[in-house]
Amino acid sequence: MDIRASAGKTYRSMLQVLPQIAGILLLVSLLLTIIPPEAYAVVFSGNPVADPVAGALVGSIAAGNPVTSYVIAGELLSTGISLTAVTAFIVTWVTIGIIQLPVEMEVLGRRFAIARNVFGFVCAIIIAVLTDATLTVLGGGI
Amino acid sequence: MPPEERNKNPKSQKNGAGKQQNNSRFPLLFLGAVLLIYAVVAVFDADAAVRSLQAFGGLLRQIIPVLVLVFILMFLIDLFIRPQAIARHLGTESGVKGWLLAIAAGIIATGPIYVWFSMLADFREKGMRTALAGVFLYARSVKLPFIPVMIYYFGGLYTTVLTAYLILFSVIMGLLIEAVDGPEAPQGPPAAPEPNLLTEGV
Repeated sequence: MDIRASAGKTYRSMLQVLPQIAGILLLVSLLLTIIPPEAYAVVFSGNPVADPVAGALVGSIAAGNPVTSYVIAGELLSTGISLTAVTAFIVTWVTIGIIQLPVEMEVLGRRFAIARNVFGFVCAIIIAVLTDATLTVLGGGI
Repeated sequence: MPPEERNKNPKSQKNGAGKQQNNSRFPLLFLGAVLLIYAVVAVFDADAAVRSLQAFGGLLRQIIPVLVLVFILMFLIDLFIRPQAIARHLGTESGVKGWLLAIAAGIIATGPIYVWFSMLADFREKGMRTALAGVFLYARSVKLPFIPVMIYYFGGLYTTVLTAYLILFSVIMGLLIEAVDGPEAPQGPPAAPEPNLLTEGV
């Protein structure tokens, strides 16, 4: 057990991680500032197939606190956007990160990062469809 | 593949999660590119750049406690946990216990997904199974502290159904990622006599 060696390794790790996280946070801040929440509704056309894909796409690009996605999703639902689209949006918001993809590729490996984001995108749409279908079967739609 | 052959394989070094990234200039290049984008935005809309920086300050204050937690964990893991323990509990031979551990850890883990990347890279270097790293990252979509908020907006049934699917799909995601990336992180050439398990993965 070598405390100094472990502290040194952690310090060097911090020097590598902090610029990456600062970069991601700066990009997220810029995105949150220049894209107002009401702009999200513009991308939905009412198409039952295209809307979940659009929801997943918007959630993949957007980032921030998950509660923000719930608030936006609640607003989208109230404007008539389908539950499938809104669910895909919520799921990709927390699972997919276009902004942090370069960092993820650098740290965890290119194949891992691309596979995780591509499969995550597809799974989000499947989860959205299954959730909507399950709620319909259970009679508990929103 | 024997280690000496694997070390000569440039593809495995390129795609690997770890050793070849020692002393990488990527973090500073990435930050520099983002600052360049801010400079361009400031030229066209200075107000947007200032508001973005204010938002950045707010996000930074939220994330600092999580970052401190992650670095403390990385320090303690390097100090106390040997690669054999990671391989036993989260490796290819860990079985059902490994899957449950990865799901539980993912659900409990707080903060944004990217703060956990470096710790996972370190774990993978120590023998963590690829599928379990994927499970951990996807299980993070279940946000325990925010479940009451989700129930408020969408109801209890919706929250229960969605949470169940997220946990189920975290396992599917892990298997899919592993099918593409292999069961273990590819290894690069030994960088130093004493392997640096933390910085290698960052």
